[in-house]
Order: sequence, then structure tokens, then C-alpha cells
Amino acid sequence: MTEFPRDAILVVVEVQGSGGLEQAAAGLLGAAAAVGTPVALVLTPPGAGSAAAAEAAVLGAARVLIVETTDPSVLGVPSVDALFAAVERVRPDAILISHSLDGRDLAGRYAARSRAAVCADAVGVARDEEGVVAHHSVYGGAYNVTSASTFGAPVITVRQGSIEARATAQPEESETLAVTPSEKPAARIDSFEEEVGASSRPELRGAAKVVAGGRGFGSQEQFALVGQLADTLGAAVGASRAAVDAGYVPQSHQVGQTGVSVSSQLYVALGISGAIQHRAGMQTSKMIVAVNKDSDAPIFEIADFGVVGDLFKVVPQLISALQARKKQ
Amino acid sequence: MKIVVLVKVVPDTYGDRKLNLETGLADREASEAVVDEIGERALELALSYADANEGTEVVLLTLAPEGATATIRKGLAMGAGSAIHVSDQGLRGADLGLTAGTLAAAIRRLEFDLVITGNISTDGSGGMIPAMLAELLDVPHATGLSSVEISDGVVSGSRPVESGVQQVSANLPAVISITEALPSGRFPNFKGIMAAKKKPLEVLTLSDLGIIADDPEAASSIMLTVTEKPPRAAGVKIIDEGDAGEKLADFLVENRLA
Ligand SMILES: Cc1cc2nc3c(=O)[nH]c(=O)nc-3n(C[C@H](O)[C@H](O)[C@H](O)COP(=O)(O)OP(=O)(O)OC[C@H]3O[C@@H](n4cnc5c(N)ncnc54)[C@H](O)[C@@H]3O)c2cc1C
Ligand SMILES: Cc1cc2nc3c(=O)[nH]c(=O)nc-3n(C[C@H](O)[C@H](O)[C@H](O)COP(=O)(O)OP(=O)(O)OC[C@H]3O[C@@H](n4cnc5c(N)ncnc54)[C@H](O)[C@@H]3O)c2cc1C
Repeated sequence: MTEFPRDAILVVVEVQGSGGLEQAAAGLLGAAAAVGTPVALVLTPPGAGSAAAAEAAVLGAARVLIVETTDPSVLGVPSVDALFAAVERVRPDAILISHSLDGRDLAGRYAARSRAAVCADAVGVARDEEGVVAHHSVYGGAYNVTSASTFGAPVITVRQGSIEARATAQPEESETLAVTPSEKPAARIDSFEEEVGASSRPELRGAAKVVAGGRGFGSQEQFALVGQLADTLGAAVGASRAAVDAGYVPQSHQVGQTGVSVSSQLYVALGISGAIQHRAGMQTSKMIVAVNKDSDAPIFEIADFGVVGDLFKVVPQLISALQARKKQ
Repeated sequence: MKIVVLVKVVPDTYGDRKLNLETGLADREASEAVVDEIGERALELALSYADANEGTEVVLLTLAPEGATATIRKGLAMGAGSAIHVSDQGLRGADLGLTAGTLAAAIRRLEFDLVITGNISTDGSGGMIPAMLAELLDVPHATGLSSVEISDGVVSGSRPVESGVQQVSANLPAVISITEALPSGRFPNFKGIMAAKKKPLEVLTLSDLGIIADDPEAASSIMLTVTEKPPRAAGVKIIDEGDAGEKLADFLVENRLA
């Protein structure tokens, strides 16, 4: 067994459902490559290890450790055991994990077991003389914070879609990692309903453009206008919590304090008042456009281009104007 | 059944939340402290179970600065049977590890069946306390539940993940965390507010729990720098005179965004 690089950054990536590596994998490996040598720990269902390892190498993992779970119905604990074994083997300078639900469970349990420090919800990583440092954007983007561990490798959870850097592909060098199960009590996954027929629209997290709709649409049928503009612009669909609560769109589209945080090139807010909790998830976008019939709506305080008007008039006109310009 | 509900006291998200640029700590003067909304939903879940199942004990637990007592009373007024408030100077600026270790020590003193937490707080946004507690208490975790069923000895529910929705279940004792898909908290009524004044509220310090704040064995997370971003300025605002859609299209094309 060859030694692992001294500046190894351990990146945990999971295979989800029947698909390949989780969406966050490219960004996690991209971030790792900027501060050290990326070593991937791939966690997969039985039989999916070698395909996942190849995929991780293409995304920039210099070395890959494969762990295929023996029982995919056990929730969380086997991943913690695998990470524990991988850290023993690799002795990394930092551990990068997605700030997803499963990622947070893994990071939290691992940190509690190993007494490692956690840098939560990072939007970037860097290296100083003392080690790996995490960058955070907190209180809805109002503050930039950097954090680190007092000693030892920090466990850094990385906000999904926040990393643009991508690593160069590496020749695959993989091995299977032996894991001693902790036998800790765990919950069971009794069944799983996969979301199939993924739309052709871009993923909201990390999207370059977002068109978001609020309560102003009034109904699920009328909310379809959001999708039409999004498709014209090649944008992802976002929503306010009020639109989610009203059932216009699933919760995974919610932007804001308790939803997704985006930092897009373009953010179009339609029929959204701009409550502080909504702004917390979008105000770091480069260009903000708003359409609202109330000229006092707080969204205008942060909009680069605001239109006071009825969205049912403005948006259809905008769509046909954009389509006409495309044809020119 | 004994249910422990964890509520965090946070700066009101409706207010102007500030970090102290020197210490990096949350500026508690800048905005009002409230119970995090997700904590009220967690409490509501416990209370609605208690309403339907006699003999259920609901204990509220929070780790918060001294002044948080009034906020905790609100939870008692909503209907929790008793509350535990962990408060200590040594917890100022506590990181996830110290917070989880302290909360776990407080929970261990109770013979609990179920711990209910929010999935993620609105200030720290770590979203890891529930899993950390499960590890420290040696029980299963079932996190991010958008629906919950509690029955004798088992808790189960729906768990939306990136690629779909899982149905999960865990034997009790267990730790669960919930999402904001669950109902919001009830309003305390007059009777509840009066009753709350007589309910037990225990205040504990770190030494009561046998916790050392700066344990040399544990690594902690430290803030190195804090900078404030300048607030965003408003740009142009036009009133639609029948051609705003055209003007907006021009703007997007000029800025190479369409
Ligand atoms: C702890 C907490 C967390 C929260 N998290 C989030 C979050 O993550 N995301 C979030 O969005 N909210 C969140 N909220 C809720 C937030 O406070 C607001 O209630 C919500 O953002 C309002 O959504 P909205 O703008 O769609 O609705 P409203 O505030 O009702 O605004 C609708 C807007 O549509 C406009 N309108 C109506 N008809 C038209 C028309 N025909 N043409 C043009 N404009 C029209 C109206 O003028 C109005 O400004 C949170 C709240 C709390 C307490
Ligand atoms: C802006 C900011 C950034 C921070 N970044 C980090 C970081 O990177 N690393 C780090 O180690 N610490 C960090 N902290 C400190 C961390 O927030 C605290 O340790 C906090 O008490 C627990 O973490 P959380 O708020 O992220 O909890 P979460 O895990 O998000 O909370 C989930 C649930 O756990 C329960 N819970 C959490 N805290 C308490 C409590 N005090 N009392 C009762 N129940 C509770 C609640 O039910 C809550 O809904 C940060 C704090 C702030 C204000």
C-alpha cells in the first residue's frame, strides 16, 4: 500500500439512488484541489463502487477509497464508520463534506465521535501557514467570516452549489477500504421513492440564473409563467416560502433563510415582496431584477432593475420580447 | 413517554442581525432574542402527541445566555411541562462540539424516550446538533423529517433527500429533527401563561453537568476574521407604462444576461 500525500484533503462523496455521484462532488473535489491533493472516499450501494471511483477520478480525485455498504437500509451510521476508517488511513489536512442533510449527519456524528472541529456551511476553502481555513457567508450574506480548527483536521461542510472551481481529471488509483462496524444503533430506511424524470431545467443550487415567483402569482396554474420565463432565459426556478406554503411549487425550490441560498449572476423576483428572510437567500446575487405591483415593496431596495407593474402583463411581454430578440 | 424538545434562542430574523466585528460573537443587543421558529414547530409536535396520549411528559431544553428566561417561559406557556436552561459564562461563543456535548450531558440526566430538535437553526445554520447528540447519546438519529409518527417504542416519518423521499423509522430512545413542513407552534393562551409561572424551570451550569468548556482533548472551531459587507444599493425603478417588458428585455440583453 502506497503512502497518501501529506497534503491530502479527504472528500466524502456518496452515490445517491440509482444515479452516479452526488451533484456536489465536482465542487467538493474542485475546492479540495485548490488547497491540497484530493483523496475521495466514495460511499456506494453494493456493486456501485468501481463506477463511482472512476467518476471521482474524472472529477479530480488523485486517490480513491471505496466503501460499498453491506446494508443500504441502515441510516447514516455505516458512513460514519467508513469516514472514521478513512481518516485513520489517510491522515488528511481537512475533510470536506457536502452541507446536505446526509452530509451534515455524517459530519456531525463523525466530529462528535472524533472530537474534531466543524466549520459549517462553508462557501470556500483556503490555506494559511497553519492549515486549511473555511470561508463562510453568514446572516444572509451580510458578513464574511473565516474559521479554522484549533488543532487537527477540520471537518468542513460545503454549501451546495457554492464552489465554481473544478479540478482536472486524474488517472484512477483506487482501493477498497476495510471498515470495522461500530454497531451503534441506527434508524432504518424502510423504503425510498426516487424522484424520477428530472427536469431539463438547471438545478437551483449553484444556478447562474434564477427566476423566482412569490405569492403574487395567486395559483399553481399561474405560477407556470415562472417556468416559461426560466426556460426562455435558461434559468432555474425559485420561489418564496409563501409560494411553497400555498402549494404552487415543491419546497426544494424555496429560496431564503430556511431554503436554498443562491448567489447567481441573475436573480429575477416576480411577485415577491422581498421579506428579510427571502433576501437572506438571494441578496448576494450579482444582478437582481424585480417585478412587483407595489412600488413600496422592500424587494426594490436591493433590485438593480425594478419594474412597478402587474406581472401578468410585464412577464408575458418580456418573454415574447426575448424570443423576438433571439430570432434576430 | 418522556419527550425532550430542544429550542434555540436566536436573534429575530425579522430584525437587524449583527455580528460584533471585534469578537466575532453575535451582538445580542442589536436584535430581539426569540425562540427559533423551527423550535416552536418541534414543541408543537411534542404537545400534539401529549394532547392525544395521556402520561406524556414534555421537557423543554435550551442552552442560552442568562436573559433567555422570558423566552423559555413562552415555551412553558405553550404547554411544555418543565424546562431546563443551561447557562454559563464558559458557553459564550460555544462551537458545535461544546454545544452538543453540553446538551447531551443535560439530556443524559433525564430518562428520555425521544429528543426532538429543529433541522437547522436560523443563526448558526450548522444543522448538525441532532446527529451529534445521537452519536453522544448512543441512539439512532432520524433527521430532516417532513412528517412524523410517534408510537409505542418507534418513531417514523418521511425524510426528503436530494434524490427522493425516504421512509425511515427508529426504535426509541432516538433523536429526530424536523423541517418547517410541520405545523407551526400554537399560541399560548391566558391559562397557559398563568400556569407557566408555576412550572419547574431548572437552571444548570457547566459544573453541574461536569463539562469543561476548554477541554484540551477536543478541537474547537475558531473564527479568524469577520468582515461586514456593504449593504446593497437600489438601482433603477421604472413604472410600467405598457412597455416595461420590452425595457426589461433590453436591460437583460445589454447586460448579456439573456
Ligand atoms: C424563521 C422564518 C424563516 C423564513 N424563511 C423564508 C425563506 O426561506 N424564504 C422565503 O421566501 N420566506 C421565508 N420566510 C417568510 C417571509 O417572512 C415572507 O412571509 C415570505 O417571503 C413572503 O413571500 P412572498 O413575497 O411571496 O409573499 P408576500 O409577502 O405576500 O408578497 C407577495 C407580493 O406579490 C406582489 N403582487 C401581488 N400580485 C401581483 C401582481 N399581479 N403583479 C406583481 N406583483 C404582485 C405584492 O405586491 C407583494 O409584494 C421566513 C419567515 C420566518 C419567520
Ligand atoms: C453566524 C454563526 C456561525 C457559526 N458557525 C459555526 C461553525 O462554523 N462551527 C461551529 O462549530 N460553530 C459555529 N457556530 C456556533 C453554533 O451555532 C452554536 O454552537 C450553536 O449553539 C449550535 O449550532 P447551530 O445553531 O448551528 O445548530 P443546528 O444544528 O443548526 O440546530 C439544529 C437544532 O438543534 C437544537 N439546538 C441547537 N442549538 C441549541 C441550543 N443552544 N439550545 C437548545 N437547542 C439547540 C435546536 O432544536 C435546533 O433547531 C456559529 C454561530 C453563529 C451565530
